[in-house]
Amino acid sequence: MHANEGLLTAAYVVAAVLFILALGGLSNQEKAKRAIWYGIIGMTLAVAATVSAAGGQTVLISLMVILGGIGGWFVANRVQMTQMPELVAGFHSLVGLAAVLIGINADLEMVAALAAREAGTVDQLAGFAATIAAKSAVELGILKVELFLGILIGAITFTGSIIAYGKLAGRLSSAALTLPGRHALNLAALMACFILGYLYLGGAGLWTMLLVTLVSGAIGCHLILAIGGADMPVVVSMLNSYSGWAAAAIGFTLGNDLLIVTGALVGSSGAILSYIMCKGMNRSFVSVILGGWGGETQAASTVEGEMIEAKADAVAQAVQDADSVIIVPGYGMAVAQAQGSVSELTKRLRSQGKTVRFAIHPVAGRLPGHMNVLLAEAKVPYDIVLEMEEINDDFPDTDVVIIIGANDIVNPAAQDDPGSPIAGMPVLEVWKSRHVFVCKRGRGTGYSGIENPLFFKENTRMFYGDAKASMDDLLRELD
Amino acid sequence: MRIGAPKETAKGEARVALTPESAERLQKLGYDCLVETGAGAAASITDVAYQAAGVKIVDSAAELWSDADLIVKVREPSSEEIEAAPDGKTLISFIWPAANEALLEKLKEKNMSVLAMDMVPRISRAQKMDALSSMANIAGYRAVVEAGNNFGRFFMGQMTAAGKVPPARVLVVGAGVAGLAAIGTSVSLGAITMAFDVRPEVSEQIESMGAEFVFLDFEEEQTDGAETGGYAAPSSPEFREKQLEKFRELAPEVDIVITTALIPNRSAPELWTADMVAAMKPGSIVVDLAAERGGNCSLTKADQKLVTDNGVTIIGYTDFPSRMATQSSNLYATNIRHMLDDLTPGKDGLPVIDMEDDVIRGALVTHQGEVTWPPPPPKVKAIAAAAPKKKEFEESAEEKAARELAEMKKSLNQTGLLLAVGGGLCLALGAVAPSSFMQHFIVFVLSVFVGFHVIWGVAHSLHTPLMAITNAISSIIIVGALLQIVSGSLLVMLLAALSVLMASVNIFGGFLVTRRMLAMFQRS
Repeated sequence: MHANEGLLTAAYVVAAVLFILALGGLSNQEKAKRAIWYGIIGMTLAVAATVSAAGGQTVLISLMVILGGIGGWFVANRVQMTQMPELVAGFHSLVGLAAVLIGINADLEMVAALAAREAGTVDQLAGFAATIAAKSAVELGILKVELFLGILIGAITFTGSIIAYGKLAGRLSSAALTLPGRHALNLAALMACFILGYLYLGGAGLWTMLLVTLVSGAIGCHLILAIGGADMPVVVSMLNSYSGWAAAAIGFTLGNDLLIVTGALVGSSGAILSYIMCKGMNRSFVSVILGGWGGETQAASTVEGEMIEAKADAVAQAVQDADSVIIVPGYGMAVAQAQGSVSELTKRLRSQGKTVRFAIHPVAGRLPGHMNVLLAEAKVPYDIVLEMEEINDDFPDTDVVIIIGANDIVNPAAQDDPGSPIAGMPVLEVWKSRHVFVCKRGRGTGYSGIENPLFFKENTRMFYGDAKASMDDLLRELD
Repeated sequence: MRIGAPKETAKGEARVALTPESAERLQKLGYDCLVETGAGAAASITDVAYQAAGVKIVDSAAELWSDADLIVKVREPSSEEIEAAPDGKTLISFIWPAANEALLEKLKEKNMSVLAMDMVPRISRAQKMDALSSMANIAGYRAVVEAGNNFGRFFMGQMTAAGKVPPARVLVVGAGVAGLAAIGTSVSLGAITMAFDVRPEVSEQIESMGAEFVFLDFEEEQTDGAETGGYAAPSSPEFREKQLEKFRELAPEVDIVITTALIPNRSAPELWTADMVAAMKPGSIVVDLAAERGGNCSLTKADQKLVTDNGVTIIGYTDFPSRMATQSSNLYATNIRHMLDDLTPGKDGLPVIDMEDDVIRGALVTHQGEVTWPPPPPKVKAIAAAAPKKKEFEESAEEKAARELAEMKKSLNQTGLLLAVGGGLCLALGAVAPSSFMQHFIVFVLSVFVGFHVIWGVAHSLHTPLMAITNAISSIIIVGALLQIVSGSLLVMLLAALSVLMASVNIFGGFLVTRRMLAMFQRS
């Protein structure tokens, strides 16, 4: 038994190191292809070591793993790259639910272990229950706190992810739901959870934890329902973070260091992504999570001028005369599935010796790095896809900028108009280039409802229409 | 309707208002085209070329004037031409109405509708028919070529086996269309080019062409070019003095001076005085593009090339565009074609004179037996008024140091506070928690730190794969379920089995989708 324990720990150490290498390997595209294998090997090692150490139920476990594996394989191969945000959200919900179930199990085991200790039949216990039986009173108290946290975070992650999935997949309206007194509602529910947790600590039974599951599930629902579509990148990365923290909390409960290490890695990863997204929008994390655009809106200055429309032939002319072109994609490109046509356009222009590059704003799309994946799928080489900081200084030397389905991330009001709701948000300075073409479905202001003075600038032309249809028109004109 | 281009009657005029290319486009607008035989000969366009483009050749001017409904010309018509012309024709040509009021009267008597190419307003929409700019562009180019023709040295500096050749120094005065064209040509020939203009806002354009802007050390509110439709306005006597002083300083150094300074409806300002010419080196050249209106140089004689006593050549030709007739006919005919484009909205070969259209109204000088010149001011301003430049806030070195110090102090304070609070919390936790918990806690805190450092290094473009892989990894929670599944309780076993199932979906799905994504990233 003790030798086994040592081997198990050794396997966990190796697995933890492999996980760290897997995440660290994502620092560039070439290393990343290798890094994924570290992750896979680490996971296999951890699972194999645990199964062999725990012993028993191999048939059931294999059955479940095979079933789950088939399901996962099926989903992973079927999913469209534009659906990545909802896929990630959906996966998070599974982790959340698993955390809740394991938490409840832990309670059941704890009760069983204590009963066995009373009866003096500890020797008959197996697995987790045996470890619990050896714990002191204080340790049990801490265990309960961890269990409570695991269930709370797990349930929020579970329902929040389901709602996020619904919004991203378009099954729920992506508009923010604003109930009256929603902050008070959330706060009251959270208080209720903590009171239940306190009762549980005091010895109340499993029912408190089941109630916590329900109440925190409701919090998760309500929290994400109140967040609008454009804030989804923050939400998804936040849920990513939560799923990690839930795993870490369960790790504490079970006294399993591998769970703690991995949970902490995932948790901090999600937290950093949320932070980057928030910075990309110049908003505080709290204001995003509490939903809607900030309340302190000064009167934003109105825009004077005229939006001038351009047809495909005019765009084609300008593109043909240009030496350097920058394309700015946004969520509209994903919605219209225009990445293939955009890639074709890129290929065509590059074969004519023009410099074509892509400028990606940190919050473009509905998932961090969403645009990069879409462009990669369409076979746009990644070395011409640049981040905002890398490319923002190049706009003054650029002949033509084509904006496809993006709005707020190219809004000059963020720099010029202190009264604007997005004042201070870092934006792509497209208006400094010679010609700007905005490919957009209609004249509306888009999700955020913020007027965009870019559309009224002298060097801007509006290229109305569905992104894919417009790009195809443009390609035809270029023939 | 028929459009006809007669042979130009003015002496030395080599241009023609219709080319085979423009004729083809005009036919698409629904017009038939006529041309007098030999009209394009001086611009190297043969009658055969016209015929190939579907243009009918007419034997005499009289026949052309009677056959065509719309006449296109380069120079304003002479009195003989007007007298011979039938009534009620439409004419498009240069007219210069301000200088030719008598001509307007005659045109009115003949009941002609006349559009003056020189009166097209300077608004962005009308740039394509701005014949003055096209001609000025050619004149600017030709001025440099003409100067080079008379200049005894290279433009570009060279190191040869026989010794070093210094580059020519060229000064362009007035950076309008002609001035900018001259700058461009001179720079591309390799000369060191300087340029001057009274409108400070053009300094950027001058520098973008590769020339050096000659700055005057002078404090005065300059008139905004926007108020005068983009043209220069007369400057104050003090400013002029300063300017001449600068030119005097430059005169001994420069080899070629090209003056293009014109103010609308005035005689050309004198900028290059006799004493400056005297100060120039022998063999230097002055090309005066303003010769037609008296010249920027006091010694200029219109239409002549003369050499002063100290060996400076002064060129005062007024027919630069005509000296490059093929090019100028081409551009002029295109300008006319664009105007007809606007005149024929229906593309049916029927011109419509729309008095509401700024461009057409601006160019129209006589119509239906009335003189319609001068036109009312256009509704659209020629050039948007320049926004007053904001003063950049500049901080001194001390201020910067102070600010940075304050920022550092602030961040140090923040870090210190965070460390103190975090440390305090840890101590508080350690006071109550058992050591077994604290061991796990150490692992947890260290992992969070490792996580932060590792994740900051992840490329932004890989954030989506990062989320997918962390998603797969967070299914490590399966280990918890695996530990519980061996429990004796059936309920626990079932719940744990369910957890294993869900976590497996996640593990396989997460890793596979990450692999799929990463495989797509390809270098060009």
